[in-house]
Amino acid sequence: MLDLIWLVPAFPLAGFLVLLAVGRRLGEGRAGWLATGAMAGSFLTTLGVFAALLGRDAHDRSSVTTLFEWVPAGDLSVDVGFLADPLSLTMCLFITGVGALIHLYSIGYMHGDDDFSRFFAYMNLFAFSMLVLVLADNLLLTFLGWEGVGACSYLLISFWFSDPANATAGKKAFITNRIGDWGFMVAMFALFFAVGSLEYLEVFETVASGGLVRSTATFVTVMLFVGAVGKSAQFPLYLWLPDAMAGPTPVSALIHAATMVTSGVYLLTRINPLLAEAAGWAPGMIAWVGAATALFAATIAVAQNDIKKVLAYSTISQLGFMFLAVGCGAYTAAIFHMITHAFFKALLFLGAGSVIHSMDGDQDLRHYGGLRALMPVTGATFIIGWLAIAGVPPFAGFWSKDEILAFAWNEHPALWAVGLVAALLTGFYMTRQVVLTFFGRSRYSDVRPGEDESEGAARAKHQPHESPWTMTVPLVVLAALSAVGGFIQLPFGSGTKWLEHWLAPAMFHNEAHLELGAGTLWLLALVAMATAAAGIGVGIATYLKGRIDPVAFERPILAEAWRLDHIVSDLMGGPGRTSFEVTTRFDEQVVDGAVDGMGTAVRSAAGVLRRFQNGLVRTYSTGVAVGAVALLFWFLSRSAL
Amino acid sequence: MGFAPAFPVLPALLVIPAVGAALVAVLPRRRPEVVKQVAMLFSTATAGIAFWVLGAFETGPGAAAFQFTAHQPWIGDLGIAWNFGVDGISLFLVVLTALLFPIALMAVDPGHDEPSYFAWMLLLEAGVMGVFCVLDLVVFFLCFEVVLVPMYFLIGRWGHNNRTYAATKFFLFTMAGSALMLVGILAVGFLHAGATGDPVTFDLVTIAESQSLATGEARWLFATFALAFAVKVPIVPLHTWLPDAHTEAPTAGSVILAGVLLKLGTYGFLRFGLYLFPEAAHFSAPLFMTLGVVGILYGGVVATMQRDLKRLVAYSSVAHLGFIILGTFALNTEGIEGGLLQMVNHGISTGALFLLVGMIYERRHTRLIDELGGLQRAAPVMAGVFMVVMLSSIGLPGLNGFVGEFLVLVGAFMAHRWWAVVAAAGVVLAALCLLWAYQRVFHGPAEGDNTDMADLNIREGLVLAPLLALIVFLGVYPKPVIERMQPAVDALVAHVERHVPAFDEPVNLRVAQDLPKADDMGDGS
Repeated sequence: MLDLIWLVPAFPLAGFLVLLAVGRRLGEGRAGWLATGAMAGSFLTTLGVFAALLGRDAHDRSSVTTLFEWVPAGDLSVDVGFLADPLSLTMCLFITGVGALIHLYSIGYMHGDDDFSRFFAYMNLFAFSMLVLVLADNLLLTFLGWEGVGACSYLLISFWFSDPANATAGKKAFITNRIGDWGFMVAMFALFFAVGSLEYLEVFETVASGGLVRSTATFVTVMLFVGAVGKSAQFPLYLWLPDAMAGPTPVSALIHAATMVTSGVYLLTRINPLLAEAAGWAPGMIAWVGAATALFAATIAVAQNDIKKVLAYSTISQLGFMFLAVGCGAYTAAIFHMITHAFFKALLFLGAGSVIHSMDGDQDLRHYGGLRALMPVTGATFIIGWLAIAGVPPFAGFWSKDEILAFAWNEHPALWAVGLVAALLTGFYMTRQVVLTFFGRSRYSDVRPGEDESEGAARAKHQPHESPWTMTVPLVVLAALSAVGGFIQLPFGSGTKWLEHWLAPAMFHNEAHLELGAGTLWLLALVAMATAAAGIGVGIATYLKGRIDPVAFERPILAEAWRLDHIVSDLMGGPGRTSFEVTTRFDEQVVDGAVDGMGTAVRSAAGVLRRFQNGLVRTYSTGVAVGAVALLFWFLSRSAL
Repeated sequence: MGFAPAFPVLPALLVIPAVGAALVAVLPRRRPEVVKQVAMLFSTATAGIAFWVLGAFETGPGAAAFQFTAHQPWIGDLGIAWNFGVDGISLFLVVLTALLFPIALMAVDPGHDEPSYFAWMLLLEAGVMGVFCVLDLVVFFLCFEVVLVPMYFLIGRWGHNNRTYAATKFFLFTMAGSALMLVGILAVGFLHAGATGDPVTFDLVTIAESQSLATGEARWLFATFALAFAVKVPIVPLHTWLPDAHTEAPTAGSVILAGVLLKLGTYGFLRFGLYLFPEAAHFSAPLFMTLGVVGILYGGVVATMQRDLKRLVAYSSVAHLGFIILGTFALNTEGIEGGLLQMVNHGISTGALFLLVGMIYERRHTRLIDELGGLQRAAPVMAGVFMVVMLSSIGLPGLNGFVGEFLVLVGAFMAHRWWAVVAAAGVVLAALCLLWAYQRVFHGPAEGDNTDMADLNIREGLVLAPLLALIVFLGVYPKPVIERMQPAVDALVAHVERHVPAFDEPVNLRVAQDLPKADDMGDGS
């Protein structure tokens, strides 16, 4: 069964190729179901491989399947090979599982779109790239998946390309990611230079035998972290992710919440032996960047009015928690949070999509309200997602976030404090979103500023409605997973840490250990619960009960995301663009001007010789030949001396 | 020397298009379609032979020597001879040439004076084949210069509005660059004869293997070769003939210019620079690597700001060729192989880009980016093809551009690591330049004539299909190509290392190496 691992990415690749060739002729129904079927096939294969791996002894749960040699040049030899181990299989399980659900959902969501089959072709290509990214047995193949998901992300963000804003958002995502990719590439050069291989297992062996000096390990780790910062939208390269919400909502759920944006976390977890070998400040930096991003993005999410923007900043913030965990050496906690986050954030995005779908594309929270009654399934599942992300026990997010905060405390209380404030804000902004959308008075038929009465009345006739079953079934399944997903790793003694035991072979004993007593852990958990409750309580008091004026929280500076995006745009559009223009003018006037100037100078100075410049190639060749002979004599006479 | 078949295949690669050129030139101009078919026939026959050579090419560790060699004395007193041979370095350039010419001929109709147009094209093919196949310095120079004439007329007679200026600039610039090389070649031949006491010869292998020139002489002579090649590549700051020539040339001219002619310079550096003058090449490597990096960044920046699609592609070529130069002067197997791959890949991708721009121009009669927009709605297939070619050009893994670029950077890192770190930033610029252009041409709302532009037709699809297939194939499975290049590249690297006294072996692989600033980095813990 293990050698069938190649089937996992092969299914979506086949789906992509079929859709590319005959997608338009298939028609909507068949194209959508074909793509979904490909994902389901991939999921079932993953389950089979998972079972096979589970049947082996813990120390034997790692197997490489090499398909063919990809780049054999000089000393560099890179294969297309897949590494099946607990870490890659865990990733595959939720990528294909959540991916299949989102594909199913898209059949309903994209219904009636002109480019239905193109959408599913891209989605399958994305799934293929993502699976290659996590299954690759070497860094270069991971990079292929890494760039592949980036390209698919670009294609899907700018899917509705007629709107310039969507096209710009796609381009911005790709280019920002490329800055990170620069780091990834430099890391590969350095690693190949030092180790002579890019294969994970070979690199790890070299590290284990002490064959890699600390400074090189540090350099490689930091450069890979630069790549991870780009892909996983951490500070300061996060700027592309909020704009990426321009893509269709299932794309935001699959790519910009559940899977692609977590690849940075996966990458750093995968190379944990290097991270363990690196100088101490490197993981420290990762932890601090993560914690700072978690807090920073959470403050912005508080004041966003676009339902998807709230979730986008929330995703950045949650990814920050994962980086915080990686930096503290809590790799299992990072993967744990990645899984639970995939469940509840996919759920929240799909729920948001369901709301947007029924509101005819309106994404403004201020126009919603009271939708719980009209959309019972979406409402109920969204509420479960809310409780999960806010950290209410026993829902999934509580367990994973609690574990990360415990490790943060273990590392440094300041890290813990920053994370705790971010968690407080998470409870608050999610409550705000849920209340504004599903509770209170329904506002969709209200007359908005700048409208006359008839427009509000016209809207009132189109009452929001529940979505079709293809959309609600995934919501229900994801809600169930968000409710119970936390039970794969419980903090009640070693016996309940199933995920940790399962992942252990891929961690090479580099996992940090909690040096905290049971009492401290209980206290930390209680504080976390109290924080979540406080965040939710303030949110309810503000938005449901109306006891606090929302203006107290919705500051303009937060709504404008601390103006960083403006500042960067202004720099790019201003000095950046000017420097490019100056270079271009330099090329036209100085470099090329010198050439033209030489021509002009020759022509005017040699007015007498103008007759010979008759444009005949023959004449020029004669001149060249004469000159050549003269120079030849010079050379020969010189060497004769 | 290696395997030599009874039938002189390499001379045939030169003779067939030359004969075709002579024949086509005298065909009646009233029947343009017949002229085109005859021209296609000759270039397809050439391609057939080239593909046969590819199939029969021996590979393996011992296959470094020249294969399919042929020898025909010409000017006996001066030892000038028609020496033919291909190895892993020239093989794929021959195949690329043989592939691109029929495609370029099929893709575009000149519109007027068909017989002379096709005759010049075939003569151009003969000259290029000569450059890649001959191993005699004088004959090489002859072919190298002969190539200019057809290109001059192709630009000057079938080009766009400013064609005369561009053609003259192209001709004078490259001619001036290579004038000194003739001196260099003659000097090499006579100095070699003087130093060894042998009769005068211009046989490349004999001269290169004996390495009889003094270091100082060799450096000066290398400079005369390098100037000619640097103009041809072109290396910044000698590049300004390129955007003009590319922009004003007819589509087929641009395809051949980018796909094949620029490779004459990069190939020249490998075959006649590194092989003849290993010590001088090593001596000047830092200069050329620097110029390569400058080209990557400078070309990317200037390309981004272009308003004309063809000029944009032309400047992006400057950046790509910067990568090739960087890899070549890394002087190690990874770098040189990457550079070679990049030559082939650039020919395919940029050739396809020029074809696509030409197709847009035929429909919309403009190449100005501002006048285009939203074309994806009207022409989704063309947009899709453009997307794939563009992604290949910006080096997306899985497509052909990546492998070469990556190997170049790995090689450069091993030789001079900070150059590679800076050069790798070129991937950001490439993405910026082409994605922005794509957005302005294909995305956004369509207005005016852009709303109903025709999509690709069957002929255009057939023209692009082989290039697309190669873009994917070489990205996924470059092994057959690399395998055939490797023996010759290894031999060349060994040759350089053998003849450079102070060759600093850049890496001792599999032994832990430290990076600079090690102490600063390790201290933080």
